[in-house]
This record gives sequence, structure tokens and C-alpha cells, in this order.
Amino acid sequence: MEEISALFQGFAVALTPFNLLLMFVGVTLGVIIGVLPGLGGANGIAILLPLTFTMPPTSAIIMLSCIYWGALFGGAITSILFNIPGEPWSVATTFDGYPMAREGKAGQALTAAFTSSFVGAFFAIVMITFLAPLIAKFALEFGPPEFFSVYLLTFCSFVGMSKGSPFKTIASMMLGFALATVGMDTVTGQLRLTFGSQELMRGFDFLIAVIGLFGIGEILDSMEEGLQFKGAAAKIRRQVVLETWATLPKYWATSLRSCLIGCWMGITPGGATPASFMAYGVAKRVSKNGDKFGKGEIEGVIAPETAAHAAGTAALLPMLSLGIPGSPTAAVLLGGLLIWGLQPGPLLFVEQSDFVWGLIASMYLGNIAGLIVVLTCVPVFASILRIPFSIIAPVILVVCAVGAYTVGNASFDVWLMLIFGVVGYVFKKLDYPMAPMVLALVLGDRAEDSFRQSMLMSGGGLDIFFSNYLVGGISGLALLLLLWPLISKVIGKKKAAAA
Amino acid sequence: MDMITAALFIVLGAIFMYGSIKLGNGWGSDGPEAGYFPFYISLIMSAASAVTLYKAYADKSEEEESFVDKGPFKQVLSVLLPAAVFVLGMQLIGIYVSAFIYIAVFMRWLGKYALWKSIVVGLGVSVALFMVFEIWFQVPLPHGALFNPLAIVGVQ
Repeated sequence: MEEISALFQGFAVALTPFNLLLMFVGVTLGVIIGVLPGLGGANGIAILLPLTFTMPPTSAIIMLSCIYWGALFGGAITSILFNIPGEPWSVATTFDGYPMAREGKAGQALTAAFTSSFVGAFFAIVMITFLAPLIAKFALEFGPPEFFSVYLLTFCSFVGMSKGSPFKTIASMMLGFALATVGMDTVTGQLRLTFGSQELMRGFDFLIAVIGLFGIGEILDSMEEGLQFKGAAAKIRRQVVLETWATLPKYWATSLRSCLIGCWMGITPGGATPASFMAYGVAKRVSKNGDKFGKGEIEGVIAPETAAHAAGTAALLPMLSLGIPGSPTAAVLLGGLLIWGLQPGPLLFVEQSDFVWGLIASMYLGNIAGLIVVLTCVPVFASILRIPFSIIAPVILVVCAVGAYTVGNASFDVWLMLIFGVVGYVFKKLDYPMAPMVLALVLGDRAEDSFRQSMLMSGGGLDIFFSNYLVGGISGLALLLLLWPLISKVIGKKKAAAA
Repeated sequence: MDMITAALFIVLGAIFMYGSIKLGNGWGSDGPEAGYFPFYISLIMSAASAVTLYKAYADKSEEEESFVDKGPFKQVLSVLLPAAVFVLGMQLIGIYVSAFIYIAVFMRWLGKYALWKSIVVGLGVSVALFMVFEIWFQVPLPHGALFNPLAIVGVQ
């Protein structure tokens, strides 16, 4: 019950008029970011981060997290009305959302999408409220080997869960780690891998990488496709909203299942995108109307949206309690915390409890704000998409450049952003995953520190990562996940041989 | 393209390994040396890419369909090259004027908009940027290292 009273204190922090205003501003900006092709939650927050430097930390993080919620909502609008997923995690929403819109049921589809997003997020927030303090308390006992094994688990699960080539995932991840080592070595103070360049002394800021990879890369990619937007008209009448709400409780089982899938995929860094696909797939298999999926079945909208939001929100759980973000966007939020001198991780709950509970309370409020904003303003947001790409593209590029510049007030960073943009474009074309690279760039220093500390403790022996049940269990699980592509191949072959 | 990228990864890994060895990639008097971690990281990166390279080589059929067609590639370059010019401009004459020129030219050239429309949009975005960053949030953006065009209207 300790959590409940802390949560109420959090509400007191979050419920100032200024913070409420920021919530609505943040959600609105987030939806715009989610709607615009080429801007997503991660790089949207990266770009807007400098704007929050003048605010108190709690207000700043409230606004940034509300941008995140907004972006999660915004993806659904474009998927349903225009058949264009604004975010990768809303791809699965297009399968049934767009057919519904074409049948003239856009209002129902949007209401169902927004409401299930809300339900998914709400479920995950409740979970965070009760689980995060427990995990943080548990993690207070962690030493360097335990932390390194958790990092190892995080990264190995990328390899285990990636759909594409595990070798590409590893290469992309290692590139992130390698780039993270450039600059000053935190332990010895030596300059590393700068090859005499002064500009490289500052190292690679992951925000620049995020803006380049996800922003510029996306623009290049959509330019190649020669985007043209033609969408269904959108208007949500109150009648439709109420009618749709009345039918939603029928699908409670789908919702609950998707919530659980989403939370699981969010905590382990599978992320919102695989969560949405998995929930869609499961719903299709389990549902009585499974064969109607893809033709405009409302369950096909509910399942992926619920899971994507639950995953997106649950990704903040390991970030708050362990300091390990579950998604690139959570990583950017973590970067924001670091900039304000807050060290995310188990100690945050002890040392900055006002801040943590203010943030958690704002998650509840921010999602309510989000639901209100999207249900009332869909036509406005949809009209943004009718602005031709030849106007949007240069404007987004200018905004990205501004964002990249303001991170470190350096023009060199803007060039880096362009280079990362090309890298992002090539990565996307060749199926190299970008999320592991970004997370490696963010966590590289800390993972290396805990690795080096562990090595010092053991005098160089790797057996320290198996020295007790806890650390051994986590490391073992990590290795299992790392080898999963191989194991599943062997199992698959055996099954094929048996059949 | 798959093969080229994998090869680039290997080259990059080799460069990083070379740098790490120069730093010392072994075990110093006070624990792992500065190059220890990056060395093994780069080693793993190169090894993983070697497998990708081998796979791409063994499975050439996929490589035959070209990475990107000529038309779309032109489209991509038509965004990338002006963007590079814009970034150079941002460095030399400041962001506001180069953003205006970049947006207006982009709209006129690729979007085939009327001249006045392009100018209005470009100017509008530049002014909005100026208001948001310089005035409301007081975050200075580059005014131009070579020449500050805004000096004419009194902004230093």
C-alpha cells in the first residue's frame, strides 16, 4: 500500500496547472509527430529535448513522456485513414483498420484503436506502479556482475527475438558499442579511438544517431517510395464513440491477452512492433471470426493497438527500475534524465521519489489527456497528412538539423546526423535492425563500466558471471536467448525429420 | 550491396581494433586497459559481418535484384544532396536564411510550386524557427560562421 500513498503524492506533483498544460501540449505535439511520416517517437523526443532544458525536471519529463503517448496514438490515425503506418508498430493496425475505414466505419475503427491503446497503456502503467518499486528494491542489492548480466540479457534477447539474420543484429549492436567507446574513457581518462580528431573527442551522442537513423533515414526511404496520400474522410461523432464503446467489453479476452503480450514484449526489449504483430497473430488464431481478419474486423484493430501501447509503456519499467530502457524511445527519455543529472536505476526511487512518482502519476493523466485530444481532434491531424511531401520533407529535415545542432551546439553533429541518415537508409534496405544499435550506443558506457568492474573483482575470470544463483541464472538465460536462433533451427529440423 | 556493407563493417572493425591495440587491449596493472572492451567488441562485429559476407556471397541470387532502381535512387539523391548543401549553408551563413532558401528551392524544384507560395512557406518556417528558438526558448542557433545575413536586420 506504500505504493498507493506514493502515487497520490505523485498526483499532487503532476496536477499543477503548468504540468497539465504541458501534458496537452506534449500529447498534441506527439500526435503530430506520430502522424508525420519521417518523424517518430524516438527522434521526435530527441529533437524536442532541448526545448525542455529550461523547465524543472519533473515538468520536462512529463512533457516528453506525453509526446511519447501522443506518438503512440498518432500512428493509429494514419494507419486507419490512409493505410500508411506512421510508426512501425501501427503496421498491424492497417490490416483491419483501413478496410474498416473504406467501408465507412472509420469512426468505429478510430474509437476502437484509441480506446484499446488507452486500455493497453493503462494496464502497463498499473503494472509499473506496483512492480517497478519492487524491482528497484531488489536491484539495490545488485553489484557490477549482476548489472552486467542484466545488460547481457537485454542485448542477447535482441539476437534471440530478431526475425532477420542474427549476425546482422550482432553487427549492428556491436557498431553501437564501438561508437559508444569513442571519446574520453570514463575509467582511465584516456582518449579513445578519436584518431587525432578534435570533433570526435566528445564522442558520438546517441541523440544525433537517433535523429539521423530514424528521421533522415525515414525521409530518404519514403522519398524512394514517392509517397502520395489519399485517405478516407475522418469525423468522429459522439454517437459513434458511445456505440463503439458499448461493443468493446465483448472483446475483453482479446484485450487482456494483448495487454499481457504487450507487457512481456515491452519489458524484454522486444518492443512495440513485434508485440503488435504477435497480438494480431494470436487474436487471429484464437478468435471465432479469425477468417474475417484482414477484411475489416474490429478485433484486428483492438489486438495490435492494445499490445503496442502496453509494450510502449512497459518499456519504461526497466528504464525506471534498472536504468535499462526497453525501446529506443525509452532510451531517449533516459538520455533526457541523464541530462538533468538524474541517474535512472534502482536508486532513483530512493533519492528522487518525488520525481519518479510524479512521472508515474503523469502517465495515468497523460494517457487520459491523450484520449481526449485524439478523440476530439482527428480531422485536424488527418489534414496534416494532406500537406504534400515536397513541403513536409524539407521542413522535417530543417527541424531535424535544428534538433541535432542543439544537442551539443556543434555543426559537426549536423553532418554526423546526415551520415547516420544514410546509414539508417542502408540499414533499413538491408534489414539491419536499428534499435539494438541505438540501445548499445546509450548503454555502451555503463555496460562497459560494469564489465570492467566485474573483471576487476574477479581478477579477469569470466566465471564471476556464474558465481551465484542470481547472476548465473540471468547470464544463463542470456546465453540461451543468444543461441536461440540456432536452437530453434535444430528443433525445426528435428520436427521436419520426424514429419 | 549486402556484401559491400558487410565488407565495410569488417573494415570498420579492423580500424577500431587497430586503435584499440594502440591503446592497449590487454590487462594492465589496474585491470583491463582502455582498449580491452572496444577490441573485443570490434572483433565480434567483424566476425559477425564475415558470416554475413559469406552468406551473401553464397546466396548470390538475392544480390542480382538491384539494391535500388535508378529512378528512386535519383529521388533519394535529390533529397540528400540539397540537404548536404543546406547543412553547409547552415554552418556558413546561419540556419535561418539557409532554411528559407532550402525550403523554397525544394518546393519550387521538386514540388513545382508557384514561386510566391514557395517563398511564403520558406519564410514562414524560418520566422517560426526564429521566434521559437531565439525568442521563446532562448536557445541560440547558428547565425553563420562566415557571414551573418541577419546582421542586416540587427540580429548579432
